[in-house]
Amino acid sequence: MSTPPAALPVTHIRPGTRAVSFTMQEVWHARELLYFLVWRDVKVRYKQTVLGVAWSVMQPLLTMVVFTIFFGRLAKMPSDGVPYPLFSLAALVPWTYFATAASNGSSSLVGSQHLIAKVYFPRVLVPLAAVLMPAVDLVISFGMLLVLLAWYHVTPGAGVVLLPLYAALGILTAFAVTLWTSALSVRYRDARYVLPFLIQIWLFVTPVAYPASMIPERWRLVYALNPMATVVEGFRTALLGTPSPGSMAAVSIVAVAAALVAGAAYFRSVEGSIVDLA
Amino acid sequence: MPDIAIRIRDLGKRYTIGAREEQHDTLRDQIAAFAARPFRRLAPGGFAASTTIWALKGVSHDIRRGEVVGVIGGNGAGKSTLLKILSRITQPTEGEAEIHGRVGSLLEVGTGFHPDLTGRENVFLNGAILGMRKAEIARKFDDIVAFAEIDQFIDTPVKHYSSGMYVRLGFAVAAHMEPEILIVDEVLAVGDAQFQRKCIGKLNDVSRSGRTVVFVSHNMAAVQRLCTSAILLERGRVVRVGDARSTVAAYLSGAARGGYVAAAPTGAAQILAADLEDTSGRPLEVPVCTEPIVCRIRFVLPERSPGTFIGIGVLSTDGAPIFTSQSEDAGIACPAGPGEFDACVTIPPDTFLAGDFHMALCLWNGGGILDLQEPALSFSVETGSSPLYRGADLRKGYVRVDCGWSVTSSDAVSIEVVG
Repeated sequence: MSTPPAALPVTHIRPGTRAVSFTMQEVWHARELLYFLVWRDVKVRYKQTVLGVAWSVMQPLLTMVVFTIFFGRLAKMPSDGVPYPLFSLAALVPWTYFATAASNGSSSLVGSQHLIAKVYFPRVLVPLAAVLMPAVDLVISFGMLLVLLAWYHVTPGAGVVLLPLYAALGILTAFAVTLWTSALSVRYRDARYVLPFLIQIWLFVTPVAYPASMIPERWRLVYALNPMATVVEGFRTALLGTPSPGSMAAVSIVAVAAALVAGAAYFRSVEGSIVDLA
Repeated sequence: MPDIAIRIRDLGKRYTIGAREEQHDTLRDQIAAFAARPFRRLAPGGFAASTTIWALKGVSHDIRRGEVVGVIGGNGAGKSTLLKILSRITQPTEGEAEIHGRVGSLLEVGTGFHPDLTGRENVFLNGAILGMRKAEIARKFDDIVAFAEIDQFIDTPVKHYSSGMYVRLGFAVAAHMEPEILIVDEVLAVGDAQFQRKCIGKLNDVSRSGRTVVFVSHNMAAVQRLCTSAILLERGRVVRVGDARSTVAAYLSGAARGGYVAAAPTGAAQILAADLEDTSGRPLEVPVCTEPIVCRIRFVLPERSPGTFIGIGVLSTDGAPIFTSQSEDAGIACPAGPGEFDACVTIPPDTFLAGDFHMALCLWNGGGILDLQEPALSFSVETGSSPLYRGADLRKGYVRVDCGWSVTSSDAVSIEVVG
């Protein structure tokens, strides 16, 4: 009993949403738990699957092959002067991350019901961990992208220093989506049927199979409301030297920031009743 | 007030019954419900469609630092709800609680264990979930493994563990948390007797080190041994606060529980009341193993309904049925009615081992159930002084069965075989 009473933290438990909702400070305090949750998912994933690491490489690689045949060869899709396989893979690597993270994150709260019912921790760690886990796959598949770059003798220019920022924008986009979908799917179980469809549509409004330069100039900024457009174009700019997303980036950043703030507010309003709704 | 660890004021938690129907699981339901909303109030009984119950209501209590408080009460008394609110797992509907110090809550052993991870990996994961720092877990790792007694299996995935090993490891991690306030729910109900003793010993150490413990248990012996005080809850309200011994006694005597009385007459066939009595018709406060228990059930049949039956079911405290009995067993059909009737069922002596039980009551006919109360009443059977029940701690189960036994020497047989 060496601790003086004044040093003890005081917790107030009251009705209403603020009582158990997360604060940034609380999330920071629980960063080790976040690490362990990501670590758990990574470990389990690579223990359970036979192909382990190969899966994270296979998915974008096979999609690239299909895209190259159908869009590159048959449809003769323009690719900003870059070999089509490289053009599509540079986009598929961040896109695959996003699609995996969004679907992972959306089911994360429902999937962690048991844990949530038995112990308190900032609930937002659950979707956050689910979004960070596929980043490990992102790194691995990025390695494959580098191999393909070397194969085509392409050397990235100075723009490559911006690559981590584009990757961060991709992770934040996935997190913003997940804040909404994970909280919504606790309440409305049909969210899980809607999401695969939504991601499919999203793939077509993102310049993965085609270049953003195909979009008429005056529509580009509206187009950039989809932050993944900037992420995907950013990856290409940084690695292949294609035209920079330019002012599209500003629109995308604002869009992500707005979605994050609103998503966090919605998540907070729901997280207090997650246990009771389950 | 610097010595207060937990201050609870008018805490209440309301749940909506029939939430399954009321909760709109899909958007389509939500839209349908929205469209129907203007009409709902016109429908007869529309308001009654969703009833609410208070799992906890008006609970106020101060827990001082270093106090070890037992929370006791029957099923549905609100014990778990109280712990869940104090652990911040769920929010109260009204009132507030103020907690001074870090809280470690142990509502389940091995929370978040992943079957595919090894014991070692799960110790770190579980520790982090319980709010321990990585460095802290690493420092205590050897103690945890030693406490759990699973050293040679620490690098084996826990899916290969026996349930005993799993529970031991889970408790070992939790036992090494060092929060100022520890909230424990019924975890001692798992594991073998020796490990339970070890757990109680550990909890004892925790409380002796000046930390505050809030402990929910059906194990009255453990509550009496560990706790300095106890709170008795009944239907979401505090009915008694005091030292552990007298509060447990009050709970066990059934004084706080009483018999069953129907909430309100429904006008249909209904069980009105039920009480436990001894054979001479006096209210039975403490049933004893060696004496018969009589249950008197009053029921009403407003119309003539031949072929009606009345029955009881005895359940363990975790709700498992132990046996059922009905008037038909004795070749008696109920009077056809109309009228009010008393049914008396006598449970013969030497049926139960000492312990807590619930009784369900049921009234039915060929067309189905007319009234079912489950559980309607609760009772605790005490060992009494009969030599038949000596070593009661070693007897397992709920009932005593009078088995036939013979033990003979097998030497003669083996000699014949050898010869």
